[in-house]
Amino acid sequence: MATDVQVLQRPTLSEGITAFFRSPRAVPYLLLMPAMIVILAVVLVPLLVSFWTSFTSYNLTRPDTLYNFVGLRNYQRLLGNDEFWWAFGRTFLFVTITLNVEMMLGLGLALLVNKITYGQRALRTIMMFPMMFSPILVGFQFKYIFNDSIGLVNNALFDLGLITQPIPWLVDGTLANFSIMFAEVWMSTSIFAILLLAGLMALPKEPIEAAKVDGCNPWQVFRHITLPFLMPFVYIAMTIRSLDVARAYDMIRIMTNGGPAGRTELIWTLMTRTGYQNSQMGAANAMGYVSIILSIVFTFYFYRKLTAARTFMGGAQ
Amino acid sequence: MAQVRLEKVSKSYGKLETVHGIDLEIAHNEFVVLVGPSGCGKSTTLRMIAGLEEITGGTISIGDRVVNDLPPRARNISMVFQSYALYPHMTVRDNLGFGLKIANMPETEIKTRVDEAAEILGLGPYMDRLPANLSGGQRQRVAMGRAIVRNPDVFLFDEPLSNLDAKLRGQMRVEIKKLHQRVQTTVIYVTHDQVEAMTLADRIVIMRDGNIEQIGTPSEVFEHPVNVFVAGFIGSPPMNLLDASVTGDKAVLDDGVEVPLPAGCNVREGQQIVLGFRPESFAPKGHSLHGDAGALTLRRVVAIAEPLGTETILYVSLGGMDVQGKMLNPRVVHPGEELDFTLDLTRLHVFDKAFGRSVRA
Repeated sequence: MATDVQVLQRPTLSEGITAFFRSPRAVPYLLLMPAMIVILAVVLVPLLVSFWTSFTSYNLTRPDTLYNFVGLRNYQRLLGNDEFWWAFGRTFLFVTITLNVEMMLGLGLALLVNKITYGQRALRTIMMFPMMFSPILVGFQFKYIFNDSIGLVNNALFDLGLITQPIPWLVDGTLANFSIMFAEVWMSTSIFAILLLAGLMALPKEPIEAAKVDGCNPWQVFRHITLPFLMPFVYIAMTIRSLDVARAYDMIRIMTNGGPAGRTELIWTLMTRTGYQNSQMGAANAMGYVSIILSIVFTFYFYRKLTAARTFMGGAQ
Repeated sequence: MAQVRLEKVSKSYGKLETVHGIDLEIAHNEFVVLVGPSGCGKSTTLRMIAGLEEITGGTISIGDRVVNDLPPRARNISMVFQSYALYPHMTVRDNLGFGLKIANMPETEIKTRVDEAAEILGLGPYMDRLPANLSGGQRQRVAMGRAIVRNPDVFLFDEPLSNLDAKLRGQMRVEIKKLHQRVQTTVIYVTHDQVEAMTLADRIVIMRDGNIEQIGTPSEVFEHPVNVFVAGFIGSPPMNLLDASVTGDKAVLDDGVEVPLPAGCNVREGQQIVLGFRPESFAPKGHSLHGDAGALTLRRVVAIAEPLGTETILYVSLGGMDVQGKMLNPRVVHPGEELDFTLDLTRLHVFDKAFGRSVRA
């Protein structure tokens, strides 16, 4: 009874890798490779470097400080930094207020435009005009409009006899915040309007007719049928816009540059000031990582809402 | 009491008129089916009654009220849509109770009514599901339940069964009929399927191109179609319609076959006519519905035989056309076989060719 025993030799690591890449199992990985490399180079490496610098005393004017590890010192200082927390809270408020105002105005606009039967295409295009301007230009424009001595608003109010003293739109702390929000709303309401209009146009006709027959007046149709259907679109718009508004910088840089006396300072203007003007890149990056929390909170919240709203809409037709 | 009356009702989209001043009176508790090919204006008519389309001309009244300018919510009607039109974000229970909630009915009353409707339609196990998790037939039931809970004056059905498969359609047809017997209400039902029309209706309204062609009970429109269109539309398989010309008291078909005309036909010598007979009236000897007495015998070669179990449809050539005959108590027939067919002369339909109108007395 002679048996041939084949001795299986354990392959070496390099042999194993070579075998893997030649096997069909490797195909998905090979196909994904270019995308992964791009993501690594464009996102991951900068992310890691900036994360590292937030633990150093990195100063732009002294490159060697990039390797000066200081542990959590930047973060500790941030916790006690009133200026930062004001900017943080102000940004939160800025995002919340502008998003809601933009949503309401955008929804109203979309509902109105949806009713139009003639010239709707032209109007949709016109609606997008504010989005076509660079935020810097919008900033300049509103800086001029709200200027207290030569601005459009004050002159108009003067001529109408509504005021005798110029209103310091960009100089008063509260009014300056109102002014930058106004500019932001002007520029971005149409994004909501366009997204919600897309939702309205995809709205199935029958449930609305059924609701009318079921006894609904126009408001009830909107409240019980149209709005629930639109909610996924609302949350998609909210998610995208919350990230967009939270990184507001350019318009504010032009209009108030965080002033007067830091009253319109938002996270990004503060971070830029710290990082580039004061050269404290390490501290600025720490601010960045703390403020990411804000974006994550908004995104998480809207995403959950979106998922909840979408479960209803899965193919009832 | 809710009779529905349409007087000279018309509908135009811009310059295009799609419904041309139709008159229709529907009695309380009557089940009326509007039937016709697509584009005949039947759905538009229904939607005008519902208030979902504006009425261009004429008046529509429900009960004693003219409803022309009332919005749908003020008409006390219920409608079942072809696509069911359920509210996708509401459970079955909420779908059923939505109309009552809007009407500010107390919770307990809503629950009673909804449960009752669910009981009638067998929806009990599905009350907490969303429409997305229901089958087509179940969604159809929910749509019907939503209609009946409101206790309306008039039920409107807009092709409610056309999205269902053939078997389910048959079942739901029976359920709708049962439902009507149980919930005595006026029903207006739109369909393009003449089988649904025949089986469900107290009266059938046959429409074409925005006009009413004939109104009558199923047997009236089946036995006495007033024109070629109705004759061809009602009945399955459809009536055979052959061109012929009048010679004496006979009709001569295109292939020279002579068919004696029934007495009392309003025709003149040489007139071009259309001769109609249903497949039931044309069968091999000994296999016809009404016996072979008084029938014309024609020897014909079978081109195709379609066995259906209790009957076989036979295709033969007559008058230069393919005509269908229905063989009852069938035996196996092979294509190419030559048989003696009998044509029941008492059940001939005669129409003038120019206008398509029936000229039989």
